[in-house]
Amino acid sequence: MSSDVRRLDPAEVAGHGADRAEVDLSTDLAGLALPDPILTASGCFASGREMDRFYDVDRIAAVVVKSITREPRRGLPTPRMAETPSGMLNAIGLQNPGVDAWVAHDLPWLAERGVRVVASIAGKSVADYRAVAEALRAADPEAATIRAFEVNLSCPNVEDRGLVFACDPSVAAEVIRGVRSVAHVPMLAKLTSDVTDIVAVARAVVEAGADGLTLINTVLGMVIDPETGRPALSNTYGGLSGPAIRPIAVRNVHQVHTAMPEVPILGCGGVREATDVIQFLRAGASAVSVGTSTFVDPFIGPTLVEELRTWCAQRGIATVRELIGTCTPWEA
Amino acid sequence: MSSPRHRLAPARGRTGADTPVKAACEVLGRRRQGPYWVLSFAAREIAERARPGQFVEIAVDAPHSLLRRPFSIAGVSRQGVAAGTVDVVFDAHGPGTAWLSTVATHDVLDIVGPLGTPFPLPQRKVNCLLIGGGYGSAPLFYLGEKLVAQGLRVDMIVGAATEDRILGTIEAKRLSATVTFTTDDGSYGTRGRVTDVLADTVAATGAGVVYACGPNPMLRAVSEGCVELGVPVQVAVEELMGCGIGACFTCVMPLRGRDGEVTMRRTCIEGPVFNGARIAWDETRVRLGPTVEDEPDEPPARPTDAELWGER
Repeated sequence: MSSDVRRLDPAEVAGHGADRAEVDLSTDLAGLALPDPILTASGCFASGREMDRFYDVDRIAAVVVKSITREPRRGLPTPRMAETPSGMLNAIGLQNPGVDAWVAHDLPWLAERGVRVVASIAGKSVADYRAVAEALRAADPEAATIRAFEVNLSCPNVEDRGLVFACDPSVAAEVIRGVRSVAHVPMLAKLTSDVTDIVAVARAVVEAGADGLTLINTVLGMVIDPETGRPALSNTYGGLSGPAIRPIAVRNVHQVHTAMPEVPILGCGGVREATDVIQFLRAGASAVSVGTSTFVDPFIGPTLVEELRTWCAQRGIATVRELIGTCTPWEA
Repeated sequence: MSSPRHRLAPARGRTGADTPVKAACEVLGRRRQGPYWVLSFAAREIAERARPGQFVEIAVDAPHSLLRRPFSIAGVSRQGVAAGTVDVVFDAHGPGTAWLSTVATHDVLDIVGPLGTPFPLPQRKVNCLLIGGGYGSAPLFYLGEKLVAQGLRVDMIVGAATEDRILGTIEAKRLSATVTFTTDDGSYGTRGRVTDVLADTVAATGAGVVYACGPNPMLRAVSEGCVELGVPVQVAVEELMGCGIGACFTCVMPLRGRDGEVTMRRTCIEGPVFNGARIAWDETRVRLGPTVEDEPDEPPARPTDAELWGER
């Protein structure tokens, strides 16, 4: 039986090793100082308030909020989700209230609670992305709450036959230049693995002004109902997430880090346990985003922080930063 | 029921608040009820906080299954020997529920709840008509107890495809002033759908509000029927859920606001209980399906010996 259910007792996680408290979990992501390397993934933590029913969300190193667009978006019709082996396929259609409503309703709450926010920006055109970034800057000019932007480049470009921005290095770079021209905070470019050469896209967006990269977004997939012959999702295709895509994400992080070791990376894809975080750090990520696992366990973030502390303490690792990019190649 | 054999980790979440927790819950029992399963587990915090209409999310250990499964709360005990227990009713129709139908007493389940909006209770004296379809009746018995405790008259329409799929015949009769049973095949009660008897039952019972739970096509038919009759209607809908906690935006229903504008609302946090008259059913994929009336009502005329065997 291959199970993703964890019956981990949090009391079991705590209490190991006398020097747990001395492990330094802090990290730096493109100039953003973080108390630990566990962030949320965009679209998997809503805007924070929903999760605050369980615990104080300001405990999270940083909350990457659900992507914000210029106009409100109603999203796609249901069905929007299908469960897959060790993962899930989704097509939500970027449902969100639009930047004006987000600034009016969500930002004040996040600010009042002292949450470190990474604002995820999505758009249908370069002008759209830029407009959202401008509105966010105007709403929080001192960057008191919005500490960074994450530019979601996995959106269809209406000006280019609906092709996804992140699939074309020059178009992706154009979006980054547009946001860069108005951004007042560090800017991460979130890329897709559905390309022939991830390094080429990564290089293009870094040269265009991205301060770091989020690797990776969901992987395009499809599920068909064998009985009805219909796609499981109303959108036909959807984004695959969860532990199923973890090896793909780790590979992407490793490839990009190997090519550009100086570029900060936020690893994302199927993180479920502390050892998954370690894999991403060793591959070259400075921090990780936890997405689908939050759906299974609302406490996954705080639990991972404690697990990570224990893992490091048991091995005498003083700081998680010393793990970044420590993947040892096999001898030839 | 025996007390837990092992010490379980305390529930995680906020204390003494109207919020959900995540708890390790000991299974107290699992039994058959017709074609359905009733699962009871010990969950003090959930039992204390739960209200009718809310649900729990149970982690399942089925092959390849990642996500939790949502289950409407069928009842809780807050006092007596069974204090702190929660019941759910389910139909083992997929790998997750099939796995859940194999758990044993004393097994420990990882459960998040209570989640979602409860059925709103009337602020004034009014007769209540509760309409359940299949195992959707389960949370209505829990709701009915609350309404009766408030001194309100409760009547029920309980429907299913066939007699064996009618849930809680005895509970329904005990709880309500009158019960009307309907089955699609006529094997029990009135032959037809719950909506076939809706108008007559509303008239006969003087119902001022309708509460319904069951398959979405039934909820659509009940909602539209109630709108026609001018009776307020609250329905607990079923939608495919990813997380159950408001994070993934999978389980949306289109809701029409007072301004007429339709927005997608999350069933798990803004529902599952909605004003049935506000759901923009025509913008959902919920179809009413063929009605029973389409089929001939009378059995075919009996053949004669001559027709059957020929002249002998």
